[in-house]
Amino acid sequence: MSGYTFRSIHVDLTASTVEIVPTPESLRDEYLGGRGFGVSLLADFMSWSYNSHEMPIIFATGPLVGTASPTSGRMSVVSRSPLTGTIFDCSVGGRFGTMLKRAGYDYIRIVGIAERLVVLEIDGNAVALRDAGSLAMLTVSAAAQMYSSEWSTAFIGPAGERQVRYASIIADRHYAAGRGGLGAVMGAKRLKAIAVRGTAPVQVADAETLTSAREDIMRLLRSSQAVFGEFGLSEFGTAALVDVIHARRMEPTENFRKTVFAGAGAYSGYAMKTRYRAHKTGCSGCPVLCKKIGEAREVIPEYETVSHFGALNANSDLESIIEANSLCNELGMDTITAAATIACYAEHQDRTIPPDEMLQLLREIAERRAGRGNELAEGSLRYALSQGHPELSMSVKGLELPAYDPRGAYGTALAYATSNRGGCHLRAYPISHEVLRRPVATDRFSFEGKARIVKIAEDLNAVVDSLTACKFVFFAVSLEEYARVLSAVTGRHYDVQSLFRIGERIWNAERRMNRATGFSSIDDDLPLRFFTEQGSSGAFVEIRPIDRTEFLRARANYYRIRGYAEELAESQGVR
Amino acid sequence: MEKSVRKYLGKIEAQGLSHRDDVVFFARDADVYCNRALREDEQELQTVLEAMNVSSLLFARLADPYWTIVEQIALRDEAITAEGRIFPRDAETRTFLHDIPVLERFSAEDIAAALSRRKAAIIRGRGIVTYGSMTPEQSYIMLSSACFTVFVKYFSDALRRFRKTVADEEDLAAFRRIWHASEPFLPGGEIPLLQTGTANDDETVLAMMAEAGRAVVARHLVDSFFGNISYVANDCIYISQTGSSLDELEGCIDRVPFAGTSSAGMTASSELSAHKNIFRATGLNAILHGHPKFAIIMSMDCERTDCDRELCYKACPENRFVHGIPIVSGEIGTGATALMHTAPEALRKDRSVIVYGHGVFTAGRKDFRNAFAELQKVERTCFAAYREEVEKATGCRI
Repeated sequence: MSGYTFRSIHVDLTASTVEIVPTPESLRDEYLGGRGFGVSLLADFMSWSYNSHEMPIIFATGPLVGTASPTSGRMSVVSRSPLTGTIFDCSVGGRFGTMLKRAGYDYIRIVGIAERLVVLEIDGNAVALRDAGSLAMLTVSAAAQMYSSEWSTAFIGPAGERQVRYASIIADRHYAAGRGGLGAVMGAKRLKAIAVRGTAPVQVADAETLTSAREDIMRLLRSSQAVFGEFGLSEFGTAALVDVIHARRMEPTENFRKTVFAGAGAYSGYAMKTRYRAHKTGCSGCPVLCKKIGEAREVIPEYETVSHFGALNANSDLESIIEANSLCNELGMDTITAAATIACYAEHQDRTIPPDEMLQLLREIAERRAGRGNELAEGSLRYALSQGHPELSMSVKGLELPAYDPRGAYGTALAYATSNRGGCHLRAYPISHEVLRRPVATDRFSFEGKARIVKIAEDLNAVVDSLTACKFVFFAVSLEEYARVLSAVTGRHYDVQSLFRIGERIWNAERRMNRATGFSSIDDDLPLRFFTEQGSSGAFVEIRPIDRTEFLRARANYYRIRGYAEELAESQGVR
Repeated sequence: MEKSVRKYLGKIEAQGLSHRDDVVFFARDADVYCNRALREDEQELQTVLEAMNVSSLLFARLADPYWTIVEQIALRDEAITAEGRIFPRDAETRTFLHDIPVLERFSAEDIAAALSRRKAAIIRGRGIVTYGSMTPEQSYIMLSSACFTVFVKYFSDALRRFRKTVADEEDLAAFRRIWHASEPFLPGGEIPLLQTGTANDDETVLAMMAEAGRAVVARHLVDSFFGNISYVANDCIYISQTGSSLDELEGCIDRVPFAGTSSAGMTASSELSAHKNIFRATGLNAILHGHPKFAIIMSMDCERTDCDRELCYKACPENRFVHGIPIVSGEIGTGATALMHTAPEALRKDRSVIVYGHGVFTAGRKDFRNAFAELQKVERTCFAAYREEVEKATGCRI
């Protein structure tokens, strides 16, 4: 079987030991790679706190990583979230996954807490822990300077070291394992970074079929307006969505009190591309290159980031949005939760936070400065609870919602609620069909059929995250094409339904782990605002409150389809 | 779900793909809906549905001409014996379907295995089975696509076969049966009275486009989902959205600033760039793109043997024509070999162009009357050209 290196790294920071172990066969067969690996490897440790010695953090590649498969340069980081308490995985781009695979490893599992700040260095067969005292509290780019371009790195910033609950991990200076606070897990372990380099090629079983399967995928990508079209991700990055979501009046504004922001044009994909003369870059092995870098090296933010530092905070000052994104990357914090937590704070204060103060707040949060900085470093839900107003946190399971208002897309509403990692658009990605019309358009203001669609898409994306491929290409392709790629890479037969079964296994494992730590159907719900307050109707589009009865019916349908009898019983008031 | 299934059953009948009593159409959310009770020999479909992580499943016993087409392909295509599938050469298959498995048995195991690899499968002597991962609409689209693609393949193969060998009586009889069964679905009649004159405001533009889209479907110049339409006015291009049905364009048209200042066109048709380039090249502001079958068949009719046929669809170096109508190569969407480069150039000189194995672009000024007339003319011309070629090859009248 090809596509794997068959060996992995186990690190115990408490004992300061490194061990090279075989990658278990059952792991490959049942969980594929990436997210699946992480979920399986974490299964027995979910009762531990994120900052305990026992809690592992996993960095896992997938079978396609390092091959000619399109968008195969990703990896997954998995642990228990300091923010939500759920199992939590992040798919991260750049070239870290490729380097790790070429160094000869499928995954890294790290437990324990180091005595002093350390870096894990993987240089082919040489794997060692190095003292990183000199890097303490350095920003990501300052710390990353110690490694040449031959290396790929995954750093935390000061926010991670201080265990801000939504601290991120930044790979290759620009690619964030952003959500859920996995940077704080590294911080708790006193692990400042992992650096890796490797040059060994990844073996492929059937190169000829892989070339043919790759061409099928490329043909589909070229036919996709959303990917390679003149307004697609390749041209504008995800910021292309600013105009699309604005036009559909589902743009979270002022902490989700409104759904349209008049100033959104200031930070549209077009506005940023022309103002900063942005060029394309992207992850290793990716033909799409959705990451955009300005002429003066400005990092052009993702859609979620511009919208939340923009509309969600009633801010149309582009310079401050770019600066906020840069600060979050340098300090190592999730932009979505940071912006949403500030918006929550603003609503509680009953005022708009001006751009300068917003930037100042980010610094205070990363420092955990006494007072509001420390309070907001806990995330919006803990902050809102501490103020006696939990309803002001626009989150699910403690994870702040991204930049798609669920009143404007009901599949998205259901998917936010059922997500195993909390308020996330990427678990089922209903924006694909409710907005981008792929693979087929669905009625965004209807729950009909959405329970089944959400379930299938959750399984699908569990597979995508385990391959580890990029979700964006699935705007154009399907598992049909990737099953052929995977078969060619591994030499083992996979088809759509066999992959779906793996995806379902991963999803259900996550759900079991969350239930074991106390999550129930009560947590599969949306903030009250979405059921009681209107959005911003206009231009022949009415944004009504979500009908709660219909929502609950769709959620019950979801439980029935999944076979979640306990959740169904809970939600029906039996238990 | 029931409403959706009924809608697409109506479309299946309107397109002549099957009769609703010959269709089994499952759609499910938490509960399963099926359009009718399963007959004894259809029970396997229930097992297929249970085995698959899908939202809808459709089986259709095809109506003629598709029934006979599939039977004839199954009889004569060597790839079925060798690989258990067929490889139509049109752009629709190449891009989206890749190939179509052909099954010998109506067994749940075989059907589930085939649909785990491809979105549609032919079952010899029974029909076509498809699924939708999310909606019933997808099952319908796949059925429609598969029927479209076998139609194009059959007529392409038949012409090649008739030229190569003396046709046997059985082959000719089947051909005639298919031909006559196809006639009701070929474009005919007078040009419909489409709205005339320039449209300047959103409302008029959208109404004009919706009307033209419906006419194109009604005259069988496309299947419902194949094609796109645009109109340039007020420094914007109004264009049908990706995956929109040309007979249901209301609410499915994007208004895209020509200067590219808004990315709202992210949901536009994959041929947005081709439409923009056609306007830039010609100044013609009403553009239609359909997939009339005989235009596609004739575009692939080439007797050269000294070149790589795998490149025809994207890099044919020849200047080819059907009765004066230019044929160009070009892929769907973007890229160096995309039709967005070739089709607009051809339209500088002509009012219509056929893209190899794909479809037809036509353009007019002010309104869609001329573009529609051209589209219909191209298909009629290609239909006549095909008939002429078959009669020449076989030496007898069809």
